[in-house]
Amino acid sequence: MRLRRRMALAFLLVPPMAWLVLAYLGSLAVLLVSAFWSTNSFTGAVVHKFTTHNIVQAFTETVFRVTTLRTLGVALLVTAICIVLAVPLALYMAKVASPRMRLLLVIAVTTPLWASYLVKAYAWRMLLSPEGPLAWAGGYTPGYGLTATVITLAYLWLPYMIIPVFAAFDRVPDSLIDASSDLGASDLSTLRMVMAPLIFPGIAAGSIFTFSLSLGDYIAVTIVGGKTQLLGNVIYGQLVTANNQPLAAALSIIPLAAIILYLLAMRRTGALENV
Amino acid sequence: MLSGGARRAVRAWTVLILLFLYVPLALVLVNAFNSSRTFAFPPSGFTTQWWVVAWHSEGMWKSLANSVTVGLGATAIALVLGTMAAFAVQRYRFFGREVVSFLVVLPITLPGIVTGIALNATFTSALGVTLGLATVIVGHATFCVVIVFNNTQARLRRLGTSLEDASADLGASPWQTFRYVTFPMMRGALVAGAILAFALSFDEIVVTTFTAGPTVQTLPIWIFGNLFRPNQAPVINVVAAALTLVAIIPVWLAQRFGGDPATTRV
Amino acid sequence: MKAAVRMGLVLGACAALIVACSGSEDSGNTGESPPKLEKLSSVGDGEGELNLIAWAGYAEDGSNDKTVDWVTPFEKQTGCQVNVKLGNTSDEMVQLMRSGQYDGVSASGDATLRLIYAGDVSPVNTDLVPSYATISEFLKDKSWNSVDGQMYGIPHGWGANLLMYNLDVVRDAPNSWSAVFEGGDKYKGKVTAYDSPIYIADAALYLMKSKPELGIKDPYSLTSEQLDAAVELLKKQRENIGEYWADYTKAVQAFESGTSVIGTTWQVIANLIGTDNKVQVNTVLPKEGATGWSDTWMISSKSAHPNCMYKWMDWITSPKINAQVAEYFGEAPAQTKACEFTTEKDFCDIFHATDADYAAQIHYWTTPQKNCVDGSGDNCTTYDEWVTKWQQIKG
Repeated sequence: MRLRRRMALAFLLVPPMAWLVLAYLGSLAVLLVSAFWSTNSFTGAVVHKFTTHNIVQAFTETVFRVTTLRTLGVALLVTAICIVLAVPLALYMAKVASPRMRLLLVIAVTTPLWASYLVKAYAWRMLLSPEGPLAWAGGYTPGYGLTATVITLAYLWLPYMIIPVFAAFDRVPDSLIDASSDLGASDLSTLRMVMAPLIFPGIAAGSIFTFSLSLGDYIAVTIVGGKTQLLGNVIYGQLVTANNQPLAAALSIIPLAAIILYLLAMRRTGALENV
Repeated sequence: MLSGGARRAVRAWTVLILLFLYVPLALVLVNAFNSSRTFAFPPSGFTTQWWVVAWHSEGMWKSLANSVTVGLGATAIALVLGTMAAFAVQRYRFFGREVVSFLVVLPITLPGIVTGIALNATFTSALGVTLGLATVIVGHATFCVVIVFNNTQARLRRLGTSLEDASADLGASPWQTFRYVTFPMMRGALVAGAILAFALSFDEIVVTTFTAGPTVQTLPIWIFGNLFRPNQAPVINVVAAALTLVAIIPVWLAQRFGGDPATTRV
Repeated sequence: MKAAVRMGLVLGACAALIVACSGSEDSGNTGESPPKLEKLSSVGDGEGELNLIAWAGYAEDGSNDKTVDWVTPFEKQTGCQVNVKLGNTSDEMVQLMRSGQYDGVSASGDATLRLIYAGDVSPVNTDLVPSYATISEFLKDKSWNSVDGQMYGIPHGWGANLLMYNLDVVRDAPNSWSAVFEGGDKYKGKVTAYDSPIYIADAALYLMKSKPELGIKDPYSLTSEQLDAAVELLKKQRENIGEYWADYTKAVQAFESGTSVIGTTWQVIANLIGTDNKVQVNTVLPKEGATGWSDTWMISSKSAHPNCMYKWMDWITSPKINAQVAEYFGEAPAQTKACEFTTEKDFCDIFHATDADYAAQIHYWTTPQKNCVDGSGDNCTTYDEWVTKWQQIKG
């Protein structure tokens, strides 16, 4: 590359990279380093003494293992639910709705993102309460617990799945769909064999959000989860209740590793360009 | 084209999903006028008193101001950094382009609690910085960069380089090309990205909890502190209802300036 | 470029390591003696600001109830603008104090020693606090608020953790903690408990009376076997629990919406439910006794506004104000003269405010240590063991 172009590239690249590497990766490094420290068992203050005890505890203690599996399960279930809910909606928005309707629907789907996350979770707490609308209308409410948590999380992250899937559907040329039906394929076959591979990157992109947001959530669980504990609660509990910052840092490695693995896996599907 | 049966099916599904999305929000709106403080259903009466209480709530206005300040600060930083990174990735070919994209996306994909604890540990123990508005802005800017980056990058990719090449061939300097050719075409994506980044920062609570000091309250923190208070919960509903109604404007704006709805990236 | 990024990562990590290894402000004391800290010698003018960590209901400024406000008069009198951060549990309070960004805290006995020994709070010069002279003598120089005769705070008030139940659902007027343990099956899914490891002491207290063969003498001095027994009881209780509560307003809301019908409570929660008048509740101190708290206002060793803090400590323990707080929260005031100012004339009698013998029967929150807090030996379980057990109980 010519020198001028190289200089221009450096000018463009250095500030954002410096920010990300120093501010972000640097603080992640501090977090990882602190996982190897210990605490004074009486006062709870952090002591700069090297130990692998926290890492070992984080990965072997039963309650942490159970909570991790539970959280992974919830994250995957929420992702699956969001995919099922989002795909037909996105198909309608991209391929069936008129352009004016399309614009209205995009606005309609994006607006809930502006309603406060806390208030939406609390709205579900009211909906599911023993004296709330659900109980009044249908006589039954699942109450607060794992089911309520899954429903609420799916509700909260649904727009994050709809938007990339819609964008992906929008990019599928109409001519392909026409050609497919001309060749005699049923709607289902067209969806399965023609559109699915094309929208898969969009679904993958949406799944990154739903998976990651569910994996780390601890607030919605506190509001509608009853006595359920997810990984986020355990980490928060170790940090605040136990004053054990090193153990909290060690536990944070679990979702960190899970997300990075997920991202690396998704990279091959081209999801990252559609995020 | 899709058959009539399929069209009817997805249309019905759309209606159901829209209901699913808006029933809880409708409940919030109903309770903003519910005279019962404990939200018994069905509502016991209609009142606008909560709107008056909310209007006079000093805590609410202060935290709203903080949220707006943080949002504007984070969006400004994100606009600069995100655009620069998008240009670098889209207009130059260099070894490690993929790593840059990966790095930019990372802050928003990692769980907020991990980012929050990491930033907190860095600010308090490693750097010894007092937590306050500035630290919140730093935290928010970090995950807002990717939104501007994505929108700008997508638009740049669509625009291609032909117009810029033509401008250079006609003798314009790189700065002139940027100012008169590229920027006007990109403006919409920047506006869309800025609005979405602001929205994300405005509603963020997890990273904020760990990077705000004792005296800094953003709107979500204020809401969380008052969420279960019997006297304040109706006020929270009012604030939420007002936010949702008001939010339609920027969302619509983002659509209008962002142009093609399909290229708006979260 | 990839190399550059990798370099950056390595540099970032190295920087972090260097910072980590060099700056070791090792404030972790082994617990032998608290660090030497200076106490204030005189109180000057207010600095204009005061950042407090307080239990809910201790520093009311009218935002909850317009008629309940003793912060605004303080602000007017001293010019110290008060910012209050509510702590839901002692653990939160310890953590917040450690940040060094607050001036003071209303610490319960399970937080005080941790703060003292970590050097997070300074000793208090009681001569500078006029209200201190007439505070109940049985609250002075106690094991949780003083070390070697040096006071580390000003006593605020004390009370017990009570059993609360919904009168419409729970008809048999329970008077034993068995109602939330073995008897909890009757209200499956609607029992509630305090969300903190210190609640293990409540289970231990119940076992002290119901299973004397375990040999529990003090609910905070538990051997491993005694701790395991308490944990077993709590794991069984969890099956009946609907929600745990740390945020007191969540407890209010849970009872008012019918999610919870019976469980541990503070009097202030019952008082708030009473004023809302949506459900009828009753509180009782069960026959096995109760755990409780004795709270002390402490000043941060890193306080930026020590004058304001001393003024606050004097204000909140002055007779009229201490009476207001005690009545609003529902606890016994530390200030003996407060009894003359309560709106309910026999308030102090109801809460046994000046009864030293009664006060001695409550098992106040204390941090469990290896050296048993009741002096019975040095094989007791420590607080961080309790924390781990608590996370296992919650599952």
